[in-house]
Amino acid sequence: MNIFHDANRKQIANRRVKDKSLHMIFLLATSVGIIALTVLLVDIIIDGWSNLSPDLFTNFPSRKAEDAGMKSGLVGSMYIMLILVPLSFILGVGAAIYLEEYAPKNKLTRLIQLNISTLAGVPSIVYGILGLALFVRMLSLQKSLISGALTMTLLVLPIIIVAAQEAIRAVPRSRRDASFALGATKWQTVSRSVLPSSLPGILTGVILAASRAIGETAPLIIVGASTYVAFLPKSLTDAFTAMPIQIYNWISRPQVAFKDLGASAIIILLAILILLNITAVIIRNKYQKNI
Amino acid sequence: MSTLIEAKDLNLFYTDFHALKNVNLTIPEKAVTAFIGPSGCGKSTLLRTLNRMNDMIAGTRIEGKLTISGTDIYSQEVDVETLRKKVGMVFQQPNPFPKSIYDNIAYGPRLHGIKSKQKLDEIVETSLKSAALWNEVKDHLKRSALSISGGQQQRLCIARALAVNPDILLMDEATSALDPISTLKIEELVQDLRDKYTIVMVTHNMHQAARVSNQTVFFLNGEVVEYDDTEKLFSNPEDQRTEDYISGRFG
Repeated sequence: MNIFHDANRKQIANRRVKDKSLHMIFLLATSVGIIALTVLLVDIIIDGWSNLSPDLFTNFPSRKAEDAGMKSGLVGSMYIMLILVPLSFILGVGAAIYLEEYAPKNKLTRLIQLNISTLAGVPSIVYGILGLALFVRMLSLQKSLISGALTMTLLVLPIIIVAAQEAIRAVPRSRRDASFALGATKWQTVSRSVLPSSLPGILTGVILAASRAIGETAPLIIVGASTYVAFLPKSLTDAFTAMPIQIYNWISRPQVAFKDLGASAIIILLAILILLNITAVIIRNKYQKNI
Repeated sequence: MSTLIEAKDLNLFYTDFHALKNVNLTIPEKAVTAFIGPSGCGKSTLLRTLNRMNDMIAGTRIEGKLTISGTDIYSQEVDVETLRKKVGMVFQQPNPFPKSIYDNIAYGPRLHGIKSKQKLDEIVETSLKSAALWNEVKDHLKRSALSISGGQQQRLCIARALAVNPDILLMDEATSALDPISTLKIEELVQDLRDKYTIVMVTHNMHQAARVSNQTVFFLNGEVVEYDDTEKLFSNPEDQRTEDYISGRFG
């Protein structure tokens, strides 16, 4: 008597068919995303690769496509980052420390928490409108670099707060206990035990938030980033432009030469984004080994 | 042996739960006192009132008096940082910081303002020697504390607690996560340390209490049923419940 005889072969065969077909469906679902992305990338590279030249980095925008560059956009984006990264780091991590370590766990903090999570998902154009009302009009900062940078800071703040909170929460209770049991105050525990352990997570969050900000266009259009800027901002209140604005401008022109220029600019923007993401991964891996 | 710690009509509530009921107890100086009893009997809770670690649990309320060398540690006179410097603690799971062995030991002294490299070197060496770990780690003090074994980590945690120069050392089931050989090493260490420190240990292991402690306290349902010299408590307990517990009839 074969011990395998009484197994329900028909039912098993059915299960196998189901397994195989679902496997195919999942593969298909993944491929749709990957293929779309690849087509997009290949298209951009075909259009933009031949135009990639140092001129793009050194020339200001111009009416003639062959002279045009995105120096002002590149520098504008860089200035925005220089303001945004430290500001959002301090505010975001500060808020996360308060909410995780100091705030009493009551209804109010839960409400604040809910709001922050919701804000992280608010469309960026809404932040643009807020920036316009708050910085441009109310604080009379005008259509300036600082208005744009502050608006972007508001945009990424919830993302950074949530990422930092998660990183802080991931530090085991026992590490805090160890510190408190040695006579540490709360701040000593936070600064010497909690933050060093959560810094990789926090930095990853900040870099990813920064890479989101560097690609954002809508809020900058609303707070009045100019599309044609043939100079570099010299002060915080000068007019400015940014890479995605420049790309938007070029792509929306009728001439093919400008469209190709836009494609080249996209390649540069993508390269910067990839660089930022790689940095985030490297930081995470480097510190994870020490924990 | 003179009394160092004294609880008088001590009651502790976690919100509605009455975790310690009218505890009256004295703990002698420079000796080992063991808290035994079944799970949830309040032994860890009482241990954690001694360095006020319960303060961090929301809804904890304390009534009665708990004095260390005559000072009520829940009064305004005592700030919790000083108390914890004087009353060190070792936890159930070894919990070294993800830092080097050296920085783990120096963490406490640095908290309390010691910056001199020479002084810190000295503290690290004496603390590791006191915790019988120096010979095993002296050549790689810069290595991560997480790279050594669990038993070594626990001795590192003891050394870390000793580095701030406490008078009292609390051990909350400090060997329950360790293998028998590591446990034995820690028990031997406790024997060595009791000349210099007042040690209070919670243990789920009665035999351990019998082996290493001078005085044993038996807890049941938040009450102290009986406390006495270890030898007396284990050989000739006064209360029937103690007798039942140590002879293994429940728990």
